[in-house]
Amino acid sequence: MTAIMAGPVVEGAPHDHDVNEDGELIACVVCDALHTVPTIPPKAALRCVRCGNVLLRSPGPALDRILASAFTTVILVVSALFFPFLQISASGFTSATTLVETAFAFKGGLTTPLTFVLIFTIIVLPIIRALALTWAVMPIRLNLRPLPQAKAAFRLANLLRPWSMIEVFIVGVVVALVKIGGMAKVGLGLAFWELLLILIIVILEATSLCEKTIWRILERKSRY
Amino acid sequence: MAHSGTEKQVLTAREAGLLGCGTCGRVSPKGTTVCPRCETPLHSRRPGSIEKVWAWWLAGIFAYIPANLYPMLRTSFLGREQDSTIVGGVIDLIHHGSFLIAAIVFFASVIIPVSKFFAVGYLAWTVKGRAHISEHQRTVLYEVVEFVGRWSMIDVFVVAVLAALVNLGFVVNFKPGIAAFFFALSVAFTMISALSLDPRLIWDNSTGDGASDE
Repeated sequence: MTAIMAGPVVEGAPHDHDVNEDGELIACVVCDALHTVPTIPPKAALRCVRCGNVLLRSPGPALDRILASAFTTVILVVSALFFPFLQISASGFTSATTLVETAFAFKGGLTTPLTFVLIFTIIVLPIIRALALTWAVMPIRLNLRPLPQAKAAFRLANLLRPWSMIEVFIVGVVVALVKIGGMAKVGLGLAFWELLLILIIVILEATSLCEKTIWRILERKSRY
Repeated sequence: MAHSGTEKQVLTAREAGLLGCGTCGRVSPKGTTVCPRCETPLHSRRPGSIEKVWAWWLAGIFAYIPANLYPMLRTSFLGREQDSTIVGGVIDLIHHGSFLIAAIVFFASVIIPVSKFFAVGYLAWTVKGRAHISEHQRTVLYEVVEFVGRWSMIDVFVVAVLAALVNLGFVVNFKPGIAAFFFALSVAFTMISALSLDPRLIWDNSTGDGASDE
């Protein structure tokens, strides 16, 4: 039986069908179609011929962006814990909250378990994820041997990705502020602006992180 | 974006007698149990994928019912207490004239969860049966569902901010309602449900004849 290897479509680069050196194969994680891996030109994405899903990307500045976003996330989230977050005033009364107090908003009564959900989704998991990414990616970027448990760290970072919800929280904050807007004067603290910055960074990271590409690099670097 | 319209004869890793990793795409010989690249357990198709999807899907629906029946937020304004449910909160916003915010909350708390139940149910159902839309369209649906699910948590965060921030003594304050708990559960269950679906199952019946136009 002659196997017909689908030649992958290279996007953003001239089609160049002189195929790879070592005959490496990759299967599409979405549809299982088998492809041979050519040398990927800079700024190009290798797409599945059947479903169009990205198989691999040329790394480009992806590692730098991952590290930059990891550093800033840790710095911003941690410092946001200590700066004023939000304040309102109306008819002589004022009240304020910090990020930590917001995380504890569900304390007391039947909603207490939600306290853990909030602390984890908006504070703990984003920090753990950023640290895990740094652990896995930093040595690669510096052309060093991967640290012990680098693969475990990268697996953890990917596992936590859907559950680290800081950017969803920020949009929630904005919605809440508009809700309050009519009845009180709102003061925005430094922590609020830091979180807004994280929103942009998280979106930047999401568009540059290609999990499969990093895995391939990690495997190659672990060999030596 | 133009995918080359020619639907070529595609060989899958499974047909070639190989194992494709569902996490990193690395191809391994049959019999390999753990992917050498990313160290996740290797399965040609994730075992029990559809059963898990249905189990979490059902749990998500069960949690979504009390999330809508019980109050999400208790507002106390000049000593008068008022409970509002998810939909009630949206109606309040409309009365205040905040149409954009009402739309965002309605979208995140009602439209997304409900359409997610339909979408995940449809995807799981059509894996074994016959679908009305192409594999491409179902893959897009799957990706949208995966991406959008977590944004439903917005309403829970809104309640948290309101309860923590607005505490102007007798004038006005907010307390979270039990529905917030069920709603968060529902979001988590449906996220797990969608994550349990092995997208390769969507393509398994396609046989590459490309009958569906496009």
